[in-house]
Amino acid sequence: MKVALETNQLIALAMKQIEPHVVAAYPITPSTEVVQEFSQYVANGDVKTEFVPVESEHSAMSACLAASLSGARVMTATASQGLAFMWEMLHIAAASRAPIVTIVANRALSAPINIHGDHADAMGARDTGWLQLWAETAQEAYDNTIQAIKIAEDPRVRFPMLVNYDGFTTSHAVETVEILEDEQVRSFLGAAPKPKYSLLDTENPASFGVLALQDYYMEFRRAQAEAYKNVKDVVLEVAEDYAKLTGRKYGILEEYKLDDADVVLVAMNSAAGTAKETVDLLRKQGKKVGVLKIRLFRPFPVEEIRCALGNAKSVVVMDRAYTYGGPSGPLFEEIATALVNEKNKPLLGNVIAGLGGRDITMEDIEHVFDLGFKALEKGNFEPLVSWVGVRE
Amino acid sequence: MNEQKWNELPEGVIVPEGGNSQDVYIVEGWRTFKPVVNLEKCTHCMTCWVMCPDNAVNVKGGKMLGFDYLACKGCGVCAEVCPVKVIEMVKEER
Repeated sequence: MKVALETNQLIALAMKQIEPHVVAAYPITPSTEVVQEFSQYVANGDVKTEFVPVESEHSAMSACLAASLSGARVMTATASQGLAFMWEMLHIAAASRAPIVTIVANRALSAPINIHGDHADAMGARDTGWLQLWAETAQEAYDNTIQAIKIAEDPRVRFPMLVNYDGFTTSHAVETVEILEDEQVRSFLGAAPKPKYSLLDTENPASFGVLALQDYYMEFRRAQAEAYKNVKDVVLEVAEDYAKLTGRKYGILEEYKLDDADVVLVAMNSAAGTAKETVDLLRKQGKKVGVLKIRLFRPFPVEEIRCALGNAKSVVVMDRAYTYGGPSGPLFEEIATALVNEKNKPLLGNVIAGLGGRDITMEDIEHVFDLGFKALEKGNFEPLVSWVGVRE
Repeated sequence: MNEQKWNELPEGVIVPEGGNSQDVYIVEGWRTFKPVVNLEKCTHCMTCWVMCPDNAVNVKGGKMLGFDYLACKGCGVCAEVCPVKVIEMVKEER
């Protein structure tokens, strides 16, 4: 069935179709409507979800954590300062293996206060242990939301997951999308798998959130680090099942005209669409360019990235966030790490673009590809990091 | 103590059984004073058992039997709350 909805409304609809047991949330721009519309479904009796309107995002994630550890299917939505305010609970949710799915309409962090699209919020959560899916379009955001539940709850995974899409650019855009029937969503997901131990299981009591000092902390963390190795297989399996149901097939990455591309742009979320359009334009001029879009950012798909960038001569990584005081943007750091010991690695450069919702235009993308070609002529990116679309 | 390796731990930050910290965390060395009960005068009211923060009061069949000195940190709550004042805090001599 086709519908034309604003992405936030569409995601609220997806949540209605999923009908989680518990949603604890505190609204924040630009994801407010997800919570607002969903709370209307609850008030109208369309879903039986226990909706907990809390006093802050910290409490939202705390309530989600307890509900999830009791074995419930749990969702919430946030952005920017809200995700930042959840920060300490994010770590606890991941280490506790609580498969909460959190919708994030990516937005810049203060200061200065800004409500628009930017990846600083989710990038700030990149070391918390949460899985992360990223979406270019409303359709991808909808499809990722449904798949995220199945990935996160899989007994081989059991990690919480962020579902990202750009604030305003995507969250407030109306697109025509293909949606599933409620029944199809529910049968695709099935019942939430029962965890081995749960907070409300009085037959099998366990201590949760325990203390582990010098003698055990490292073992707990080492075990957590290892558990991410299963995730990619499950992401692909779920994508396969979802493709059978919908005909829409997803991977870990999306490779756009990479086979013979000399210069490759790596991008995430909505800018990847602009980049693909620009590639089509530049291809008509005979330039061998391509785009690599990251769908699964956590766990970071090191092998897939090595493989996708294997033929490129020059790679420009576009970050919509910056690591202040650090060497580059966060995505660049990780791509560079993935390639550091490769024998025939491409030249690598980083651009910072679109902070605080500044448009990333096709002209910007053309300029970025130009930087990639210039690096090929000169033999290196100089400087390593360039800010694009900023007045200077 | 048999220390588990990382791949022997249960999933998540849980301990899948109750009350096992008594075998792991021995705290008798923390004490400056230790509680000593006069069982001849004890009324077995269980107030100390309820109030002890470390589950260090040994009880069986409704009777107070004494203290688990491996688990007792010597906080003195039991002596403070005892309604008949038959628990005395005695200085540890080491």
